[in-house]
Amino acid sequence: MTEKSIEQIDRVVIRFAGDSGDGMQLTGDRFTSETAALGNDLSTLPNFPAEIRAPQGTLPGVSSFQLHFADHDVLTPGDAPDVLVAMNPAALKANLRDLPRGATVIVNTDEFTKRNLAKVGYDSSPLEDGTLESWHVHAVPLTSITVEALADFEGLSRKDKERAKNMFALGLLSWMYHRPTTGTEAFLATKFGSKPEVLAANLAALKAGLHYGETTEDFAVSYEIAPAVMPAGTYRNITGNTALAYGLVAAAQRAGLPLVLGSYPITPASDILHTLSGLKRHGVTTLQAEDEIAGIGMALGASFGGALGVTTTSGPGVALKSETIGLAVSLELPLVIVDVQRGGPSTGLPTKTEQADLLQAMFGRNGESPVPIVAAQSPADCFAAAIDAVRIATTYRTPVFLLSDGYLANGSEPWAIPDVADLPDLTVQFATRPNGVDAKGREVFQPYARDEDTLARPWAVPGTPGLEHRVGGIEKANITGHISYDPDNHDHMTRLRASKVAGVEVPDLEVDDPSGDADVLVLGWGSTYGPIAAATRSARNAGVRVARAHLRHLNPFPANTGEVLRRYQRVLVPEMNLGQLSLLLRAAYLVDVRPITQVRGLPFTTVELADAITAAAKEVSS
Amino acid sequence: MSTDLGMPRTLTGISAVPSLGEGEALTKKDFTSDQEVRWCPGCGDYAVLAAVQGFLPDLGLRRENIVFVSGIGCSSRFPYYLDTYGMHSIHGRAPSIATGLAASRPDLSVWVVTGDGDALSIGGNHLIHALRRNVNITILLFNNEIYGLTKGQYSPTSEVGKITKSSPMGSVDQPFNPISLALGAEATFVARTMDSDRKHLTQVLRQAAEHRGASIVEIYQNCPIFNDGAFEAIKDRTQQQARLIHLVDGEPVQMGVDGERQTLVRRADGGLEFVPEEAATTETTVGHDAGAEDPSVAFALSRLTTPDKGQVPMGVFRSVERPTYDDLVRAQLEAAATTAGGPAGPAELQQLLAGNDTWTVQAARS
Repeated sequence: MTEKSIEQIDRVVIRFAGDSGDGMQLTGDRFTSETAALGNDLSTLPNFPAEIRAPQGTLPGVSSFQLHFADHDVLTPGDAPDVLVAMNPAALKANLRDLPRGATVIVNTDEFTKRNLAKVGYDSSPLEDGTLESWHVHAVPLTSITVEALADFEGLSRKDKERAKNMFALGLLSWMYHRPTTGTEAFLATKFGSKPEVLAANLAALKAGLHYGETTEDFAVSYEIAPAVMPAGTYRNITGNTALAYGLVAAAQRAGLPLVLGSYPITPASDILHTLSGLKRHGVTTLQAEDEIAGIGMALGASFGGALGVTTTSGPGVALKSETIGLAVSLELPLVIVDVQRGGPSTGLPTKTEQADLLQAMFGRNGESPVPIVAAQSPADCFAAAIDAVRIATTYRTPVFLLSDGYLANGSEPWAIPDVADLPDLTVQFATRPNGVDAKGREVFQPYARDEDTLARPWAVPGTPGLEHRVGGIEKANITGHISYDPDNHDHMTRLRASKVAGVEVPDLEVDDPSGDADVLVLGWGSTYGPIAAATRSARNAGVRVARAHLRHLNPFPANTGEVLRRYQRVLVPEMNLGQLSLLLRAAYLVDVRPITQVRGLPFTTVELADAITAAAKEVSS
Repeated sequence: MSTDLGMPRTLTGISAVPSLGEGEALTKKDFTSDQEVRWCPGCGDYAVLAAVQGFLPDLGLRRENIVFVSGIGCSSRFPYYLDTYGMHSIHGRAPSIATGLAASRPDLSVWVVTGDGDALSIGGNHLIHALRRNVNITILLFNNEIYGLTKGQYSPTSEVGKITKSSPMGSVDQPFNPISLALGAEATFVARTMDSDRKHLTQVLRQAAEHRGASIVEIYQNCPIFNDGAFEAIKDRTQQQARLIHLVDGEPVQMGVDGERQTLVRRADGGLEFVPEEAATTETTVGHDAGAEDPSVAFALSRLTTPDKGQVPMGVFRSVERPTYDDLVRAQLEAAATTAGGPAGPAELQQLLAGNDTWTVQAARS
């Protein structure tokens, strides 16, 4: 065996791409776990079609998983891969344009048959016609080597053996980047525990991949990436949807309320329903409803009964739930509406990300119907954002929007696991006794009398004697809650509801401006956090003075927002929509913020934002 | 893959609801709110309200443990007039709201008040799903065969050819038979009664309340403004007897005045028909069995209803035991806690957050 060299590098972006049935998401997940276990910081971006199994070997059927990991803090899944693993011609064709010249491509040559090439419109094989001459290509007959390595498994069909090729690829990449495979071995043991031969075959394929890297001349170099310096603590890797589900469970426990989820499956939010449905031991009730409207109806019914009602959905579902959200505004009951945004309008791009539901969350109801809005900024941050949404809902007795998106939902990053005891105390006080007197001096319950500080009304749950009352969607008289069509009362109640939401306590906007004299501010919300932070870092490294701030609360805005905006000559607002936050900021503060927008179904790249920042800084200084 | 959910406990619809203490009693007045009732003079809703207010004390439940949820429409104002907990929600959605409430609060007696438009048009989906799930709620469907609150358009129970403001040449919509619909939706308790028959109404309501699972009671209710006299044919005492078919459990199904009584029999081809009482034999006579597992006879009975109300079955069509949705939902929560050694607390939450794959970063040495 020849002695192979080991190079030290500080970061790498790897993209696994193959057919939907090739197990690329699983391969990516496993590689991510191995990487997390080594202590690198990381960020991931799964990208898959809406079709469960598009025709095999075609471009629409390509599924990919990108992972960026480094010895320093990682803010995005990376603009472009340094390494592409392409399991078939379709995967190569669909991803090649993202690959910078000089990058590494590992291709499964077995799949480059005439028929497969024709399926994606290659007249000749790109492996032979010079198409790939600008890249560093490793041509590996992945399928046949895997099948050969599994020759002794007589009980398995050729098809079964071929299926293990993703483990071979994982083994090879694990060798290339010195990843430990023990976690994957344990994972496989659990997954295939009841099928010993399949388990043994997968383990053998994984080993074969490792050995292939070690022994083949083609792979001369392997790479080491030192662990990142991260704050002390115990970490795990977590996706946005899991973090969001756990945040809801933790918040419910800290509030002392049972969690009741009413939901209808929808991409990309369904994993929250799946996760919560497995947490019954934590007192979580999940009701899979007949439609989106029933999902929120069930949640609201549970809230009326004193539970923490939650509904989870994506944009099209929010459209259906709008009327019930309006009812919750009128009833003034706690309710959390989770919108995991995806490309729209209509069915749009179900598996791709977008931030275009901000105005729907803000205004998508009849009448004056204010709803607080909280947005998560990274996969792990979905946990804290969920807790904050519950805090607002229970404190102010109001429906709250919690905005996530497809990128956060499926993306993952390391998360410093918080100590449950350190989470905020969200204890709720139900009303227990009458809170007023009627004209005749008798003690009565007044369902719409309000707390002076929060303007919240009492939460009196059925089963509490003496507090029997009726609520509804018809306008209510202030304090008594009786039906009222009085013009002045409606005007007053409308303003009260608006004041209550405007008065929701949110922390001030924090500005990150290391030089202290930047003229340009980049203001974002939601999942643009990573790309914006990476872009400002990159611009600063190039000598550009730029400040950065990120909004967790979109309604109400932090009290100092206007003051912060006015401090800068130029405010840039990157959004994965056509300028929705910009519209709100301009309307609220009369500041001419400049939108930077794209709706490609993918996060911003660091480069495009850094270029925009640099251009703006130049323009302002000249 | 499927799993056995276990046997249900045998309970009534209200057995988990706290009842009044020894010597305590409530009256109709206790269930009457201080709100002025605002239905049109002569509306059938008054009679139903009075019957419900009068009947609730008989259940012996604590008032604070009773909740009425309604949708939108004339009848949906009902909760405002009852001094219990109540929610006047949005059009058609009351069954879903009631489902969430019932699933999380076994100690409540949950009622849904709805109308033919609310339950069968805009809320049709929620109605059928609440019924098939068998949520422990009691649904009162006020059927006046017209849209009242929007001032007189045809409803999903209006007869074909009905001339209304929105159907000047007659409605072309085939109406629903609410009883047939409920039976098709796997309902476990299905009954029909009438606003003007206080005694029958009360009797059916009691059975509906005591049924554990989703009960639906269709109440024929007169709208004196937009559809007056829709049920006159069966309200008129002289004609009533000839037209109503009173379903009595265990008895033959009969109609007609004395001397002209007819008995329902099964024909050789399997269909049902009325024949003179004396022509019916023990073999062919259809005895009413509300508890029959197979709903097909109940369905056949529901089809005896004619659009002109010339022939109308009344009473309980079906009343069978089936595990309720809310009981099963709660049982799974309990089972999950039991098998794991108790409900999860902060320590288990901490474990959940950590998962199985963690790594620790030590504080940097200074």
